[in-house]
Amino acid sequence: MARKATTRKKAPAKKKQAPEDEPFVLHSLQEAHEKSPRYKASEEEMLHFYEQMLLIRRFEEKAGQLYGLGLIGGFCHLYIGQEAVAIGLQSALDSDKDSVITGYRDHGHMLAYGINPNVIMAELTGRQAGISKGKGGSMHMFSTEHKFYGGHGIVGAQVALGGGLALAHKYSEDGGLCLAYFGDGAANQGQVYETFNMAQLWNLPIVFVIENNGYAMGTAVKRSSAETEFHRRGTAFRIPGMDVNGMDVLEVRNAAEIAFKHVRAGKGPVLMELNTYRYRGHSMSDPAKYRTREEVQDVREHKDPIEGLKKVLLKKGKTEEDLKAIDKGIRKVVSEAADFAENSPEPDPGELYTDVLVEEY
Amino acid sequence: MAIELKMPALSPTMEEGTLAKWLKSEGDTIEPGDIIAEIETDKATMEFEAIDEGTLGKIMVSDGTENVAVGTVIAMLVGEGEDASSPVEPPAAAVAQDEPSEDNDAGSEDTGKASAPEKPKSEPRPDPEIPAGTNMATVTVREALRDGMAEEMRRDERVFVMGEEVAEYQGAYKVTQGLLDEFGPKRVIDTPITEYGFAGIGAGAAMGGLRPVVEFMTFNFAMQAIDHIINSAAKTNYMSGGQMRCPVVFRGPNGAASRVGAQHSQNYGPWYANVPGLIVISPFDSSDAKGLMKAAIRCEDPVVFLENELLYGRSFELPELDDHVLPIGKARVMREGSDVTIVSYSIGVGLALEAAEELAGQGIDAEVIDLRTLRPLDTHAILDSLAKTNRLVIAEEGWPTCSIASEVIAVCMEQGFDHLDAPVLRVCDEDVPLPYAANLEKLALIDTPRIVEAVKKVCYVA
Repeated sequence: MARKATTRKKAPAKKKQAPEDEPFVLHSLQEAHEKSPRYKASEEEMLHFYEQMLLIRRFEEKAGQLYGLGLIGGFCHLYIGQEAVAIGLQSALDSDKDSVITGYRDHGHMLAYGINPNVIMAELTGRQAGISKGKGGSMHMFSTEHKFYGGHGIVGAQVALGGGLALAHKYSEDGGLCLAYFGDGAANQGQVYETFNMAQLWNLPIVFVIENNGYAMGTAVKRSSAETEFHRRGTAFRIPGMDVNGMDVLEVRNAAEIAFKHVRAGKGPVLMELNTYRYRGHSMSDPAKYRTREEVQDVREHKDPIEGLKKVLLKKGKTEEDLKAIDKGIRKVVSEAADFAENSPEPDPGELYTDVLVEEY
Repeated sequence: MAIELKMPALSPTMEEGTLAKWLKSEGDTIEPGDIIAEIETDKATMEFEAIDEGTLGKIMVSDGTENVAVGTVIAMLVGEGEDASSPVEPPAAAVAQDEPSEDNDAGSEDTGKASAPEKPKSEPRPDPEIPAGTNMATVTVREALRDGMAEEMRRDERVFVMGEEVAEYQGAYKVTQGLLDEFGPKRVIDTPITEYGFAGIGAGAAMGGLRPVVEFMTFNFAMQAIDHIINSAAKTNYMSGGQMRCPVVFRGPNGAASRVGAQHSQNYGPWYANVPGLIVISPFDSSDAKGLMKAAIRCEDPVVFLENELLYGRSFELPELDDHVLPIGKARVMREGSDVTIVSYSIGVGLALEAAEELAGQGIDAEVIDLRTLRPLDTHAILDSLAKTNRLVIAEEGWPTCSIASEVIAVCMEQGFDHLDAPVLRVCDEDVPLPYAANLEKLALIDTPRIVEAVKKVCYVA
């Protein structure tokens, strides 16, 4: 042994060793989540979740209808089926501090903030009263007042931009975190991994959320992704992952609490995979022929996030009548939003040249 | 109240389709999500899904009907408690093809036919006067750029610099030398080699309220990041109806360096100047480098700041002022003249000034204009000079096709035609990827003799 010790000096010095890895426990958050996966919501909270999810569903159904009538143009990506994701996550945010950014399937995330459905629907119909004065459309909506930073049309771009928002939180020491949503399709973009690397390197307060709805437009996850367990995709950057049932708002909320706590404690980014499903096509013009009707029907019947919560509420003593009353109220709100969006005037032609630049030169 | 089911538009361009097949019959109970019918478009067969619940009332358009216009009422859905056996008569207008309703249509048509409102015009502000007796220091462009950034970092806590090798290495071209020592690693951030990613992070940080200065080691590498410069930074203010700003500065060397070959030698001025929503600045001397850098960092709009490696080490006079800020969008007359105008920017300005000297010896008095800002372009300065000299040449270190030179020529044609005594000529690099061999590189790049030759041509001097 002694001889070995003396010769050690001459041995190649650069044997790279994995660092002692006690903090590198990428499963710790997942384990905490699995231990008790459902958020203990009060009845009031549950009713609120139910109402918000239903608002998204009815709003999106109406948007689909208005699209069919030619009142909404271009691309229109509906969030139907994925409601529990936005509601479960965003209900756990500190809305005074935290920021949110997402891709083009953004109506639900805005409604989750309680932003007036009228101005969202009016944006979809391209009217002056829309939240972007009718100049953004379905994919490009923002509310800086709510720290909602869009609404981005280029697949994956919001991930790097979200990294920048997180950098701003850290730089200004405002205690906020950034919630950056993207889909299973965007998860194959290179800039996502560029951002993972820098976010972990700089210990940024960001929660990456992959909304895995099974299809990147028409390409099933297994046809597009070498690693379909997206929560593992941060491993190479030492980012802990969580694998969450995105069809149960209480599970989503529970996982959000764990992830946000980790990030707020200054421990760097978390990657959450939210397994969910979209009932409609990728956009309105997608006939969704890449999957069977049975598959969709099966999810609708057995995993629907709204029906799921409805069952819990009924068990808690709410009646069908109570819930029907909620639905009625929401239908009214949505129908008013549609009327508003249909009857508001188009932007003044003078708006063509406004907002190109902030300053005059 | 019965609900009209209308022929849906299933794609952004669909105007009509075939009602291939009804999957429900009159009197059937309908649940939301039920497939009621199949509709064929030119692209695909789509399923028509019910949104509301009720009972299917009268079917107005039967199976197999072709060319059904979008918006035509195809059936009625009767609500709870209503009588499905006696369907409500549809409003007469709804059956015809003039849906959606007259009001909406008329509205959109009006705006569609109206000509676009005129682009607002603005007169750029003049440079501030330099007080008499101001000391003029001799400073390199490199130092001027650095001092501009450092002064703004002292002035505004939100300003920070990020990029490859900007901190510990002191800048790949030493433009950020000393910044790490003064401002620390929080505000001078070394990034990995990951242009797309850090350009996005920079743009996002600007959206989040900071004032990032993002250095690209050269603008050649920014092609990997151009999506964020254009799609994220330039368009957001407009798309958000003025809600969300992106006050970021993307800066770094641009254009041909020396013997670095095709992939590292390109002028991106015309690329970025093409994009509404961006400010594009490309200075020549130290005074403009500093004054415009400070203006760029203070600017609420996203700025692409194109420097030139071959100019970094050149020294120029710089007024020693506490706060030397120059107006964006304002060209500068570098040399006054009466016979001909030479318009240029960046490294081309030096060549244009040399050409003017040589031409003076041959009796031609040339005016030299440095554009300084490529977007917005100071068309006033170009046209004022043209009105004086009636002849114009553009000297640009960059490819000729779809260039700043092309744009200046268009401006002269559209707005200065009556002042022209000769066709406007452009002197640019040759239209080839930049070769490595010394002799070929020299052949490919713009030089003074070519500018002199073009000027003589427009002056009709042999």
